[in-house]
Amino acid sequence: MKDKKAKKIVFRSADDMPTMVISIGSQTHNKTGAWRNIRPEIDLGRCLKCGICWKFCPEPSIEIVDEWPVVDYDYCKGCGICAEECPAKCIVMVEEKR
Amino acid sequence: MKKVMMGNHALSYGAMLSRARVISAYPITPQTQVVELLSEMCADGSLDARFIKVESEHSAMASCIGASVAGARTFTATSAQGLALMHEMLHWASGGRHPVVMGNINRSMAPGWSIWTDQNDSLSERDTGWMQYYCSSNQEVLDTVIQAFKVSEALMIPAMVILDAFSLSHTYEVVELPDQAEVDKFLPPFDPEIRLTPKDPHAFGGLTSPEHYFELRYKLEMDMQKAPALIEETGREYEKLFGRRLGLVDPYLCDDAGLILVTSGTAGSTARVAVDALRQAGVKAGNLRIKVLRPFPFEVVRAILRKAAKVAVVDRNISYGAHGIFYQEVKSALYGRPGMPPVFGFIAGLGGRDITVDTFKEVVDHTLGHEAADEAIVWIGVKK
Amino acid sequence: MKKDKKMTLTLPVEELMSCGHLACQGCGATLAMRDMLKALGQKTALCIPACCWAVIDGAYPYSSLDVPIYHCAFETAASTATGVKAGLEMTGDTETTVVAWAGDGGTFDIGLQALSGAAERNEDIIYVCYDNEAYMNTGIQRSSATPYGAWTTTTPVKHFKNRPKKDISAIMAAHGIPYIATASIAYPEDFVKKMKKAKDISGTRFFHVFAPCPTGWKSRPDDSVKLARMAVQNAVFPLFEIEDGTKLTLNMKLKDKKPIKDYLRLQGRFRHLTEDQIAAMQAEVDARWLRLLERAGD
Repeated sequence: MKDKKAKKIVFRSADDMPTMVISIGSQTHNKTGAWRNIRPEIDLGRCLKCGICWKFCPEPSIEIVDEWPVVDYDYCKGCGICAEECPAKCIVMVEEKR
Repeated sequence: MKKVMMGNHALSYGAMLSRARVISAYPITPQTQVVELLSEMCADGSLDARFIKVESEHSAMASCIGASVAGARTFTATSAQGLALMHEMLHWASGGRHPVVMGNINRSMAPGWSIWTDQNDSLSERDTGWMQYYCSSNQEVLDTVIQAFKVSEALMIPAMVILDAFSLSHTYEVVELPDQAEVDKFLPPFDPEIRLTPKDPHAFGGLTSPEHYFELRYKLEMDMQKAPALIEETGREYEKLFGRRLGLVDPYLCDDAGLILVTSGTAGSTARVAVDALRQAGVKAGNLRIKVLRPFPFEVVRAILRKAAKVAVVDRNISYGAHGIFYQEVKSALYGRPGMPPVFGFIAGLGGRDITVDTFKEVVDHTLGHEAADEAIVWIGVKK
Repeated sequence: MKKDKKMTLTLPVEELMSCGHLACQGCGATLAMRDMLKALGQKTALCIPACCWAVIDGAYPYSSLDVPIYHCAFETAASTATGVKAGLEMTGDTETTVVAWAGDGGTFDIGLQALSGAAERNEDIIYVCYDNEAYMNTGIQRSSATPYGAWTTTTPVKHFKNRPKKDISAIMAAHGIPYIATASIAYPEDFVKKMKKAKDISGTRFFHVFAPCPTGWKSRPDDSVKLARMAVQNAVFPLFEIEDGTKLTLNMKLKDKKPIKDYLRLQGRFRHLTEDQIAAMQAEVDARWLRLLERAGD
């Protein structure tokens, strides 16, 4: 799993850059949570622990922490697939506050 | 060990002695013998390589690049239409910094279909970031392939070793085959630090914004500029082991020449015969055969040509709407520096029309008969 | 009791894809990649031509995958992968799985020659076509994978795409390769199972993965998995395997085949269709499904 604390890379000069055109850092520097207009909120009281929200997240920004699904809001783009697929209907998409 | 072989087979032996590990090629006249012999070598075990019989030249270069980035020494060969089809991938090999070595048989571009020689195919690719070596003997072809791998892998820049269709590709000459163990000493296995492997995952060649692209290409050019010195140094190393050296250019009787012919490929060896004949007739001519066109050997070309009173470049190619290509490059290399001779430009031999000693006599007659060099093309041998 | 219950995980847990990638909200192609990497593991090398994933992975000098990627020219997914596999083997790595990962444009159209060449030679690669049914990366232009009836920018409503989707599985079957499979992001367990099976087969293996695109299909981002499920259940995109070019196995029998109109209605790209046009499309889907059942020997 890539380092979530990855920073933006800045080259001071051509000499800093590898000869071959290669990636040297993780895309996790890009916090895509800034993209969303709506955010998922999981009601753990009704969660069945079925794993479906984790399974269908395209980022993937739902992690399993202590056997519970937890949304990583740094990255969640607010697509709503988790809410749509949840069989218990315990995920609600609410408007993002700024 | 001496062997009589055609130019195409000199390419095959060069690749074999260089221990190419992956060969990916598609047949095209007059290259076919290159890959046929390499197929046999792979089949009988004299070459431990995987030969991918791809379905087009575009796929040939794409798979060479894939093999190279995975860490294997790769080789291919093509000509004219095949080289043109690879064009996109030639940019890919150089921009991606993959040291593929390729034999190209200089063959005229269609239409009409022509299997005979001129240089427009390779010269159309001179801007792609590939090194270009033009050969005039089968020995030179074999020696150049081996040295090309060494230079390319040091700089991570691909190279093409070029020979004329039929005049060299199918001409049989005596070639000294270097001993494999000695070649191994000269050319160690390709072992790139950065390669495509799950052990050290990178994304190669991803989306590159204006913030980075310029520097990456600047780096390519900076490394290309190291090539002339490295080619000379590599040539001297090769000479120590094998007794033969060929640098960036092949000058013949240029030191005291009043008129220097500038040539390339097999026309470059015909020019020597012409120079001898001219000298017999009292004309102090010389020949400068340019072997390496990319990177352009500015310093050595200037150093040799400045001594002459006149320079006559004979191009077996043309950039339509401008002039012959070696002519343009030589003229621009001399431009603006004091004491440089006028440069006359001639076009001959397109489509495989023979270039003979008489061709050069006509070139010299024109050059000696004109005070100033005309900017217009002087055509030799065309039935106007 | 629920507090002690473990999470039900029907897919391998390890993630080889990280967040921060550049895919649109609700992108089917990212789920396809995520699922595939879970099946294959880290000893995988990808060749990705021009397609959405050429951008999704991230710009230089970043990547969002824990496996190496060679970004290659548009038509060269199969030829690059061929070379990579040869190069790895000739330098002593016979374990890494080499995958050509291309969109429908780079597979059905411009990449077809290289794919056919590689398949005919039975190159030891896995070729995965993730199909969002148009050239999405360049702004939704039609490909030969665009289904009949769809709007795209080059098949506007007055000239909607009026040719059927190219039958890529039939084309690949004609090459006699050892393994072909369709897959859907709505059935990741099925996809992972098939991919794990494919990993242990030598020769050319071809996957056709259905990957909805909300941006190009003009559908809601939260419908992507639902649309992929509906397409399987209404036989628009059936799940099957073909072994050695001849033996076809249906992975999902459809006892209660759903009508396509509910599926079409959720996508703006089909909004212009008349009742008659939808009826014709339904007839074609039905006929194709019957042919599939016949070939499967049912």
